[in-house]
Amino acid sequence: MANFQSILKDVKAAIRETDITKVRELIDAPGQAVLIDVREQDEYAQGYIPGARWIPRGFLEQRIEDAVPDRAAPVIVYCAGGTRSALAARSLAELGYTNVESMAGGFTAWKRSGLPWKAPTILTKDQELRYSRHTMLPEIGTAGQIKLLEAKVLCIGAGGLGSPSSLYLAAAGIGTIGMIDDDIVDASNLQRQILHNTERVGMAKVDSAEKTLRGLNPDVKVIKHQCRLTSENVIEILGKYDVIVDGADNFQTRYLVNDTALKLGKPVIHASIFRFEGQLTVFPADGSPCYRCLYPEPPPPEEAPSCQEAGVLGVLPGIMGVLQAVEVVKLVVGIGESLAGRLLVYDALKAKFRELKLRRDPKCPTCGDGVDRSKIELIDYVQFCAGG
Amino acid sequence: MAKVRIPTPLRKFTDGKEEVIAAGASVRAVIDELERMHPGIKTKICDDSGAVRKFINLFANEEDVRFLQAMDTPLTDKDELSIVPAIAGG
Repeated sequence: MANFQSILKDVKAAIRETDITKVRELIDAPGQAVLIDVREQDEYAQGYIPGARWIPRGFLEQRIEDAVPDRAAPVIVYCAGGTRSALAARSLAELGYTNVESMAGGFTAWKRSGLPWKAPTILTKDQELRYSRHTMLPEIGTAGQIKLLEAKVLCIGAGGLGSPSSLYLAAAGIGTIGMIDDDIVDASNLQRQILHNTERVGMAKVDSAEKTLRGLNPDVKVIKHQCRLTSENVIEILGKYDVIVDGADNFQTRYLVNDTALKLGKPVIHASIFRFEGQLTVFPADGSPCYRCLYPEPPPPEEAPSCQEAGVLGVLPGIMGVLQAVEVVKLVVGIGESLAGRLLVYDALKAKFRELKLRRDPKCPTCGDGVDRSKIELIDYVQFCAGG
Repeated sequence: MAKVRIPTPLRKFTDGKEEVIAAGASVRAVIDELERMHPGIKTKICDDSGAVRKFINLFANEEDVRFLQAMDTPLTDKDELSIVPAIAGG
């Protein structure tokens, strides 16, 4: 009867092995081969070879097709000492992978030789459970979830749009959420601003937001900015974040956010609402159209009544804010097709979404031809917009 | 002639209607006809010189007319003209 040693001998004879020196050369030239770490989580957590993808041996057959769709692609597998990776190489060959090598000596030999390795950010047991419905999506996976946990997102406004967007971002595990709002909770907010509740009338909105978001997900660090954005503080505040979610309730803030985000090269997820109608788009600050390409100037105040003056369907910001959160998650994880260059217009009464094309305006003062975005001057638009 | 989509803030001119059929073979003609049918609406869309206001966009189907032929953009019976104003609520 065969024993393990004899099986391993047969397996090693049937597969190809490579050594740590060759793999070392490969990690300096990324894209040449896919390096896969097949060890268990506790081993991986102690350190891995930079550039390696982690697929534990037990999940290898199930996950390899998503990780490496091309069966002719060069693949190198490694474990701690070279035994499990040899078995893994055979399994991959059985699945039709034709160019697989097992790294002899494994991670132990790698580390002992003083070659570079990294300690991974990994999910805790609690996080694995909390985010399991994300991580089981091949498009997100553990790597995508870690990107979410490492992301810093600023929600401008803790109101109608900021409530649903920040709630879903917190639930999704966005690690740092900034909330900027200088207002306090008013009973008339509660028809739509679901971050807050009846007991918190009179409380600062950023304090109420922190309670709600931390209660939903203790992984989230909430940074409170209890102030209004001005040309004085906007660079410092926006500069701390990767993505800006614009849920402001006035034109001056929206123009200031646009100009600053272009200056800093930060993407803005834009939504705005009026009565029964919502607009949504993404301004990525990458040469796609910006807010000023869409609306070169704000309307005069008499043409632009606020929600306070004109009313708004309470559920409407829910829809639009949640769509903003979807765009944030896509952007952070790096999946799907962005809304950049497209304006989504939602008419709640008609239950209709329309999509309109946005074009970059070559004459745009902030992103047009020949504009040096680093030199954009930030001004307070109070006069320009004459109140919101 | 075109089907004109009226945004919420301008529906006070169209008796609350969100869709109006207006005759005309260009954006300009359709807007003029819209004004004849619903007096007062044009000044909300165009400035004194007749150009589209900078906080309003007109889309012929899904294209912004600013990047077509502006007010001279031709329209047919099959076309839809959307009036999309800047809104700031949040």
